[in-house]
Amino acid sequence: MSLGLETSAGGSAPAEASTLAVQCQGVQKGFGDGQSRLQVLRGTDFDCRAGEMSFLVGPSGCGKTTLISVIGGILSAEAGVVRVLGQDLRKLRNGKLADFRLANFGFIFQQFNLLPALSAAENAAVPLVARGMSTTKAEREARTLLERLGLDGHTHKFPAQLSGGQQQRVAIARALVHKPRLLICDEPTASLDATSGRTVMGLLRDVAIDHSRAVIVVTHDSRIFDFADRIMHMSDGVISRIEERPAGGFHQD
Amino acid sequence: MMIVGLRMLIGDKTKLLGLVFGVAFSTLLICQQVSIFFGLLGRASSVVNDVREADIWVMDPAVTTIDVPFPLRETELPRVRGVQGVSWAVPFFKAVVQVRTREGKLENAVILGIDDASLVGVPDTFQLGSIEDLAQPDAIAVNPAGFRLLFPGEELDQGREIELNDRRARIVAIVDAAPAFAANLTIFCRYSLATQYTNNGRNALSFIVAKTEPGRDPAEVARGIADKTGLKASTSAEFRMESIDYILKNTGIPVSFGTVVILGVIIGIAIVGLTFNQFVMENLKQYAALKAIGIRNTRLFLMTLGQAGFVGIIGYGLGLGAASVFFSQTSRKVDALRGFYLLPEVAVGVAVLAVLIVFVSTLISLRRVLVVDPATVFRG
Repeated sequence: MSLGLETSAGGSAPAEASTLAVQCQGVQKGFGDGQSRLQVLRGTDFDCRAGEMSFLVGPSGCGKTTLISVIGGILSAEAGVVRVLGQDLRKLRNGKLADFRLANFGFIFQQFNLLPALSAAENAAVPLVARGMSTTKAEREARTLLERLGLDGHTHKFPAQLSGGQQQRVAIARALVHKPRLLICDEPTASLDATSGRTVMGLLRDVAIDHSRAVIVVTHDSRIFDFADRIMHMSDGVISRIEERPAGGFHQD
Repeated sequence: MMIVGLRMLIGDKTKLLGLVFGVAFSTLLICQQVSIFFGLLGRASSVVNDVREADIWVMDPAVTTIDVPFPLRETELPRVRGVQGVSWAVPFFKAVVQVRTREGKLENAVILGIDDASLVGVPDTFQLGSIEDLAQPDAIAVNPAGFRLLFPGEELDQGREIELNDRRARIVAIVDAAPAFAANLTIFCRYSLATQYTNNGRNALSFIVAKTEPGRDPAEVARGIADKTGLKASTSAEFRMESIDYILKNTGIPVSFGTVVILGVIIGIAIVGLTFNQFVMENLKQYAALKAIGIRNTRLFLMTLGQAGFVGIIGYGLGLGAASVFFSQTSRKVDALRGFYLLPEVAVGVAVLAVLIVFVSTLISLRRVLVVDPATVFRG
């Protein structure tokens, strides 16, 4: 079953025929100063192709979260090249960077981070509303997507009325509703049980994978590795090993 | 994004109630206290206001307020009448006297003695009786609040007798006079009778009230009176302000009411600030998520200001409404608060304070929203 969404043609990302959605070379990032300085990324090279689901795995503290924060334009690299969708992120500043994220990125967080006072449809509609769409139209589009994610009948419910798996599906809808070209998922199954986790990953793979969208998933959860097209193992701030998977990943319905 | 901010706020009903209550409480407290303050200042000049026919007040040079008169010689009256530009001038007596009812109730009263011949100086609205009734022997008129003070729970009535300085006085009329600053009971009677009721000695003339000839400037005529007689002469407007100024400078009222207003602002900022801060802290992760998604700080700033404005408008509206209801009820039913109104100027002034309360409170929390690191959303 394919529920693939078209990706946004808008935003400020330069059009690029290359299939490389993310290209990082020699990225360095550390925190603190002097004696207390901690170098997290030590010249990290990373790339990710459109149309693929790439997993970034490794032990805690190896730099996975820092790397996706840099790729997501939330943290800035101290050195190296961070080219996302053809745009050098280091050349964008504050407001422009925020606009670039809003236009081109979708985020799925470990803790969902849904707005508790907003219904599922309202939560999922936030990126569209932020881009200037009327709330009525945005919520209509969000409801359509939520229904495709199996949440028909739950679109009016508030996060507290939904299970963890349902909340993560709302978060997926919020991440995809504006048709981003890069989807960044941080431990999307960490707050879910095994069954819910696999269900969510199955839906994510069905809905998110598109020939022009790249998906990066940071995870510790080896039970979902079979959904990956590529697995990049990270250790001590660098990519230590890359596993290429067969087309469509190992996961078979 | 404004609609998202408002939904966030409305969705947290406990916080919303707390925020609205904070603004409404401050608005009510400040409106009520400031209105009573201006009402009291109005009472300081109520006697001047009630003598509508005159536009000049003549008094001893040392007098600075209607409430502390110093007796003039009776011979000053013809001298004032002789000044060019004076159309007429009549004596006006003012003193504080003790009143006792037959039932033994004792009250302080402001007694105003008006010219026996012209009866100038009585407000023109009578609830019972008329100005002509004051010509009767021992006749006095009292204000409604004063009557109810003397005879609690009884209907307004004519013919009641009371004692003033061991002399009989008969209430022949109820007149709509504004309560004075010194007492809630105001008594009007003829000048000759008032001086007997008080036994103030040889010189009993408190003030001379005068009217300028048509087309003459009262201020100019007042200067002429002062030059010719050596007395102090003020226009009604000047004397009204002088009497108010006396209260402002010589009583603790401004400090007392000012303190309450400041406390109202502080309490408002404390309630709204703490509640809004709690709201922001509970949603900080969500604000970080919005920033990560790509929502600029300027939009979050406007969203937060929208939330503050929403709370401010509802809270101010409720507080102002409560203050209006308070004064509409008390000004009719509570004699001690009779004549106290919610002035439009007070409503506007308190609106400015409400804006101050809301935005100072918001700024404290707003900083947290603006500096929250979007990367925190990746930290589990």
